[in-house]
Amino acid sequence: MSEATRFRDPANQSMVLTALYIAQEQYGYLSQEALARVAERLELPISQVYSTASFYSLLRTQEKGKYHIQVCEGISCALCDGAEKLVDYLEEKLDIQPGEISPDGMFSLEVVQCLASCGTSPALRVNDELHDDLNFDKVDRLLDQLVEREEA
Amino acid sequence: MSTAFEPILTRNIGIPNSEKIDVYLSTGGYTALQKALKTDRDALTQEVRASGLRGRGGAGFPAGLKWGFMPKGDQTKYVCINTDEGEPGTYKDRLIVEHDPHSIIEGAIIAAYAVNAHRAYVYIRGEFFLGVKRWIKAIDEAYRHGFLGKDILGSGFDIDLSVHRGAGAYICGEETALINSLEGKRGEPRIKPPYPASIGLWGQPTLVHNVETLANVPHIVNRGADWFKSIGTENSTGPKLFCISGHVRNRGNYELPLGTPLREIIYEHAGGMRGSKPLKAVIPGGASTPVLTAAQIDVPMDFESVAQAGSMLGTGAIIVMEEGTDMVDVARRLMRFFVHESCGKCTPCRVGTRNLSNTLERIVAGQGQAGDIELLEEICSNMIGNTFCPMGDAAVNPVLSTLKHFRHEYEHYLDHDLPMAAD
Repeated sequence: MSEATRFRDPANQSMVLTALYIAQEQYGYLSQEALARVAERLELPISQVYSTASFYSLLRTQEKGKYHIQVCEGISCALCDGAEKLVDYLEEKLDIQPGEISPDGMFSLEVVQCLASCGTSPALRVNDELHDDLNFDKVDRLLDQLVEREEA
Repeated sequence: MSTAFEPILTRNIGIPNSEKIDVYLSTGGYTALQKALKTDRDALTQEVRASGLRGRGGAGFPAGLKWGFMPKGDQTKYVCINTDEGEPGTYKDRLIVEHDPHSIIEGAIIAAYAVNAHRAYVYIRGEFFLGVKRWIKAIDEAYRHGFLGKDILGSGFDIDLSVHRGAGAYICGEETALINSLEGKRGEPRIKPPYPASIGLWGQPTLVHNVETLANVPHIVNRGADWFKSIGTENSTGPKLFCISGHVRNRGNYELPLGTPLREIIYEHAGGMRGSKPLKAVIPGGASTPVLTAAQIDVPMDFESVAQAGSMLGTGAIIVMEEGTDMVDVARRLMRFFVHESCGKCTPCRVGTRNLSNTLERIVAGQGQAGDIELLEEICSNMIGNTFCPMGDAAVNPVLSTLKHFRHEYEHYLDHDLPMAAD
């Protein structure tokens, strides 16, 4: 396929997001290698793949912990004692700041926008699991469970 | 007094396994599709137009008109189901997708039939992990029962539906950004016109509808436009899901006729305020809509009345705030959202939201300066009307509306470096 037609091939282009998800699953995050692989498989320029990857917040071009904790800072979480209060609590418990990974690679922390759990706020997500109606006790139990899961 | 209202969109929710096709079929599911497939396409579009159904994603555009804008003929056309719910305060589409996905599928097939499209896509927010699973399962079930695929129910009509997962970008709820994202590109909005009904996905005519909008369609087909119009107000017809969050006793989704007074929703349905503090302010339609004060809550929740009160019905996401809530801090927080979600394409939105945010963060940190209020107003006026999509206009709403109603709280910050709420 020539360079000119590659740009216009709709079938390959539309697979970019899906392919990036798969690559992220396999590589843990979208490293240069992972992006290059997607570009190669879809026969698209890497610039185009990176352009898409860098736009979306669920596509990560940086490493994360085994359990990636995303705390909602939306208005409805903030009104019900979540958001910063929960972020501060987790920063202290895990001894990491948003954007960092714990030294053992277990946890990473991120502050995110609305998770559509406003009626059951405050909410956070651990990888693809949603946890809502939270308080500090529930967060403690959740972290204990994750550690136990790891030791089992 | 609220009159008895029979739930329509949420009628199946609460039944065990309501997401499964057997339950949906047992409560009359897919009978509207059978009826629609025997109906003339133009008559279907006319029925939806006559029903007055308006888009439930925030803009309130008449659905029947949208169908009518789609060109007739045999060219390739698409239907997109917008499941990119991301407006802070909103969690209604998630409810339908997770608990009654077949009502959306049925509505989407009817819409596709009416505009003669043979390919439909679900665009779902990447964060909705359970929603993705439920969508995929429901679509599989619909294929197995012959509601999707070739020659559905022996009608000669072919329709395919598949799920496309977004990846965390609020802006993709805007229909042209959604289309770009479906094409695998950055989710930046396109300039309109051309509208998607002329040039949409892959340059073909495309009908994009919100989940809740489509979930109304089977009921309109089964029970008729007149029945639908008997619910709600003259220009805002039908039922609406209102999501209530914040400082009320019973947060949750409430299905009520459009035009139900905000006061009734808060005090009767949501059980009133959670504690002893009185109501201070309400955001009536999600983060993009201007804040209303406690004095304004007699407003009927329909498109016209809320606009008349100086705000917007938006998604119907009602965020309730009690006395003591720091309104400058509310504006600061909402602006963080808009900074994060501005796609960056238009300078007034990209730079404007950042400048508003920096100014608000500074004020709340006790480092406000004389002239900051005027600075906020100036930045807002440079954004309004100067962006491709409505997000630039939306982003100024938290600032301008809190300045309008709670200017003294900003002034207090500037005079004392402290929130008024702390007094």
